[in-house]
Amino acid sequence: MPPLLDVQGLSVTFAGDAGTVAAVDNVSFTIEPGETLGLVGESGSGKSVTAFAILRLLQPPGRITSGHVVFEGRDLLSLPEAEMRHVRGRRISLIFQEPMTALNPVMRVGDQIAEALIVHDIAGRGEARRRAIELLDAVRIADAAQRAGDYPHQLSGGMRQRVMIAIALACHPPLIIADEPTTALDVTVQAQVLDLIRDLKAQHHLSLMLITHDFGVIAEMADRVAVMHRGRLVEQGPVRQILRSPAHEYTKGLLAAVPGMRRGDDP
Amino acid sequence: MALLDVRHLVKHFVRQHGLFAPTSIVRAVDDVSFGIEQGEMFGLVGESGSGKSTLGRCILRLIEPTAGEVLFRGENVLQFSKARMRAARRDMQIVFQDPYSSLNPRMRAGDIVEEPLIIHRLGDRSQRRARVAELFDLVGLDADHRQRYPHEFSGGQRQRIGIARALALNPALVIADEAVSALDVSIQAQVVRLLMDLRARLALTFLFIAHDLRLVEHICSRVAVMYLGKIVEIGETKALFSQPAHPYTRALLSAVPVLDPDAPRRRIELDSSTFDRDAPLREIARGHSAAI
Repeated sequence: MPPLLDVQGLSVTFAGDAGTVAAVDNVSFTIEPGETLGLVGESGSGKSVTAFAILRLLQPPGRITSGHVVFEGRDLLSLPEAEMRHVRGRRISLIFQEPMTALNPVMRVGDQIAEALIVHDIAGRGEARRRAIELLDAVRIADAAQRAGDYPHQLSGGMRQRVMIAIALACHPPLIIADEPTTALDVTVQAQVLDLIRDLKAQHHLSLMLITHDFGVIAEMADRVAVMHRGRLVEQGPVRQILRSPAHEYTKGLLAAVPGMRRGDDP
Repeated sequence: MALLDVRHLVKHFVRQHGLFAPTSIVRAVDDVSFGIEQGEMFGLVGESGSGKSTLGRCILRLIEPTAGEVLFRGENVLQFSKARMRAARRDMQIVFQDPYSSLNPRMRAGDIVEEPLIIHRLGDRSQRRARVAELFDLVGLDADHRQRYPHEFSGGQRQRIGIARALALNPALVIADEAVSALDVSIQAQVVRLLMDLRARLALTFLFIAHDLRLVEHICSRVAVMYLGKIVEIGETKALFSQPAHPYTRALLSAVPVLDPDAPRRRIELDSSTFDRDAPLREIARGHSAAI
């Protein structure tokens, strides 16, 4: 079976006054159906730019200079914009770090979920409303019917991120890209959201591209890991191999900097 | 005698919900007591809204506490006059989380570090300049970069500027309020190493406020866990992390992602009906207390 997503030789540059910066430099990786790929790296390593490039959401001066992004057998980089809109949200959806800025502050959360269904012609208005409540229920928001009428500011950070996940799930996309989905959350809330993502992923046989700087989140969630540094993928492999016996010097240094990493297993 | 002894500290914020609505009281710090020994790296952990930052600020009277005592070298700083408090702050400094918002963007790095010396009227111009160069060197910054502005430094370097400024007056106690939380992990490791090194070299005492439990476990000798304004558990780091006694501590520790992909996941959900919010801290083992 071919991979669900096959990124080959992807390069992105940003042109500025001081010359052109290669934000993503000849990056190649694949994601299999049902697989979670953890894309890990520090600020500015190019993780988020990679995700934006895959969805063709880069804003100028960012520009894809080379590469292929083959998803479900088609190269997204040569797709007409109308078809690309169908891919975004319907086939690949995106979860951001900060749900307060990603959600519309003056729209009830139920309407925002329903909108995703209506825009993508999946449901009519009445059906969309009903599905929105089902989705809120699926992301374990209590009193879903009542909460659907709330505005984002009425919800806690963890609940807002659940709403984002509900929107991402609305169209049953086979691939979800989650960019630091739990970074802004407290650790107990993070644990609940990670559990939720893991359960939903298994239930719907989703593939997940999980962008994070946190090796703890990687260890809990990822099947395979790709390590990014200054726009390049310096190492990729199964999660155990990367965490236990990293080959690249950068990965070794990064792991050594994680508090508690070298000490081995806790009792 | 403990260097810092906090006794029954309380900070209530009165919340006004509107002209015609009744006010409510938020117990941000709710009867907190603990002590920090000279030279200790003491960790204070908790989630957002637990009151840990308010507690740190109350100790320095950046926020006036509602009640209680803060004994520093045996003297209650809450009873100090304004002038006396200003002098006392030479000994108690704070490093903030965000190196982007806590440094004045219009001041040169050297002036930022020098400013406390000017405020406290220490030394003449050339002595202050020499001290600033020494401080830059101490925190691993290039003294030639004193003329640069904060935006010309990286995040980790900016945090070093904040540390140099905090150390300018030779304090005994440094409150590090999420001082490395905003930094990338490799930069964070460098700044943590710097703090550990400074503690040893300058005999500093640290109150290290953080939400990162792995980091606190790694560097602190003792730790207190805050939940909804109260310390629910306090003890030697090793004992507290290996044998957490309070249901909140257990839930909190079980939520930290385990770095081993094969480790069993034992998430413990917090069930607030299993404990009494008003239970006092009691000693459950030598040097280890929990509010159960």
